[in-house]
Amino acid sequence: MKYWIAFWNILAKDMRTYYLKPPNVSWGLIFPLAWTTMFFIKSGAGLESIITLIPGVVAVSILFGTTSMLAVTVTFEKKNRSFERLLLAPIPFELLMLAKTSGAILFGVANAFVPVVIAAFLADLSAVAWRVFVPAVIMIAVASTFLGLFIAVAVSEVFEAQTFSNFFRFPMIFLCGLFFPIEKLPVFLKPLSYALPLTYGADMLHGAVHGGHTMPFALDLALLTAFCVFLFVASLWNIKRRWIS
Amino acid sequence: MTESIFVENLAKHFEKVEAVAGISFSVEQGELFGFLGPNGAGKTTTINMLTGLARPNTGAIRIGGIDCTNNPRAAQHLVGVVPDESNLYPELTGFENLCFCAALYGMGKSERQASARELLDVFGLTGAAKRKFGGYSKGMKRKLTIAAGIIHRPSILFLDEPTTGIDVASARQLRQLVADLHRTGTTIFLTTHYIEEAERLCGRIAFIVSGRIVQIDSVENLVQPLKDKYVVRISFEGVQDDLRGRLSESFPDLDFENLGQGKIRVEADHPVPVGPLVRVLEDCGAEVSEARRMRPSLEDIFVRITGIEAGAMQKEKEKMGAGR
Ligand SMILES: Nc1ncnc2c1ncn2[C@@H]1O[C@H](COP(=O)(O)OP(=O)(O)OP(=O)(O)O)[C@@H](O)[C@H]1O
Ligand SMILES: [Mg+2]
Repeated sequence: MKYWIAFWNILAKDMRTYYLKPPNVSWGLIFPLAWTTMFFIKSGAGLESIITLIPGVVAVSILFGTTSMLAVTVTFEKKNRSFERLLLAPIPFELLMLAKTSGAILFGVANAFVPVVIAAFLADLSAVAWRVFVPAVIMIAVASTFLGLFIAVAVSEVFEAQTFSNFFRFPMIFLCGLFFPIEKLPVFLKPLSYALPLTYGADMLHGAVHGGHTMPFALDLALLTAFCVFLFVASLWNIKRRWIS
Repeated sequence: MTESIFVENLAKHFEKVEAVAGISFSVEQGELFGFLGPNGAGKTTTINMLTGLARPNTGAIRIGGIDCTNNPRAAQHLVGVVPDESNLYPELTGFENLCFCAALYGMGKSERQASARELLDVFGLTGAAKRKFGGYSKGMKRKLTIAAGIIHRPSILFLDEPTTGIDVASARQLRQLVADLHRTGTTIFLTTHYIEEAERLCGRIAFIVSGRIVQIDSVENLVQPLKDKYVVRISFEGVQDDLRGRLSESFPDLDFENLGQGKIRVEADHPVPVGPLVRVLEDCGAEVSEARRMRPSLEDIFVRITGIEAGAMQKEKEKMGAGR
């Protein structure tokens, strides 16, 4: 019970001071909109082709929405020492970091539905398998958030966190089969694709939206979960090693 | 077990710096323990190790009877910390900051709001309760940081230089508050560079210099060797030379110590003959501006043990404090 008071208040504070601030809300709206428009114009096809763009735009929205927030909620708070307050709090470390990341996860999920809502006005979404789509969105949000956490705790400056996450984010747009199938990538890049969590999330989204997936959903989910666990444990280990040194 | 803090052979180094070099001490339950030392002595590093923010290289720690040696965060529910720098959330108001800190310790909503209001009142911050912490003055920040450290009523409180950077009246108020907390049974570990503050508040004091504890005892025992001494401090101008030789010739039964910058400290087992002393100095061409009889204090002990001029330590700190 006591732990949950702390958990909820950490989450609520982050929500209020970071995620629900007007710049972040508008970023969450404009970013997916820009991506949808960009690919729509580039593909030159009719409105119905929007549906093939949804998986990519959703994944990119989550990826950028989550990772960019951790640089502030974790790296910045560490830098100005307010993070020490949390490290002094008598709650299990795992729970503390879950509280610190769940805001970003929720933000990522909310971001994901912006392009979906837009698409609902422009195309017929009745064929989308929501029972696959929703878990995929959640798992991508978790994995991206923990990737952001992993980066945020490995650096000490906010700008380093941002530069470092771009180092991951931009290649992932092209390597994870968001807009171009992995099969069309050069052979030497393919192993890299399968080493990135977003590949499995994107595969699920494609399957859910237009049936074009390459792996069983269960395998996608299992691999995504494995990535999440690994990134979370590695981040915790890194915090203990670097910040309680 | 009545030990609130137990430390044995605690050591910590940062690359080349030996910040804490094997210290041992224990603090009894309900005690107000002072940790006194110059800049860089290792005070903050020690607090960090005791509160789970830093991992010692060697040594054992027990807090409230809980072995924290391998699990630095094991006793955090017992502990409150006021860090040397104000580290609350700049974008939250004073009231919200206090409520948030209370929530971290699992306090319910009505309880934490009531406590927050009470503390804001105690620290004279009620008028600023709805203002953002980022806009507070340095002294206001300091006060709120202290309030945040005690809002969950910890049984063991670590105070890292609580009165640095706040005005005289607030410092007095704060010392009163520390004394009150002590009276109600809180164990307090206080670092300070105000020797007088330590002398007035603390039951026992450890002097730490370069990571080592050079003396640890009750204030009473510490000043005991000087209890029956008579001390006079003389300030003069016009002579640069060391006059000690000349003075010792005339007054073989007095001890003279050159404090530099035209200051001499005189110590004796009987009342110091100030008049004759001044005349001798004036015969040497010195122009005496002040001769003061002093009660031997902890400061004298500190200077004697550490070889550090206490006033100099204080000034350095204030310069640093101003830049914070
Ligand atoms: N994170 C760190 N990395 C490297 N050196 C450090 C670190 N923290 C402390 N030190 C060094 O350890 C020594 C002790 O520092 P500490 O902050 O404990 O001193 P202090 O007694 O609190 O001083 P002050 O009165 O100035 O607050 C200093 O030489 C300091 O430079
Ligand atoms: Mg310090």
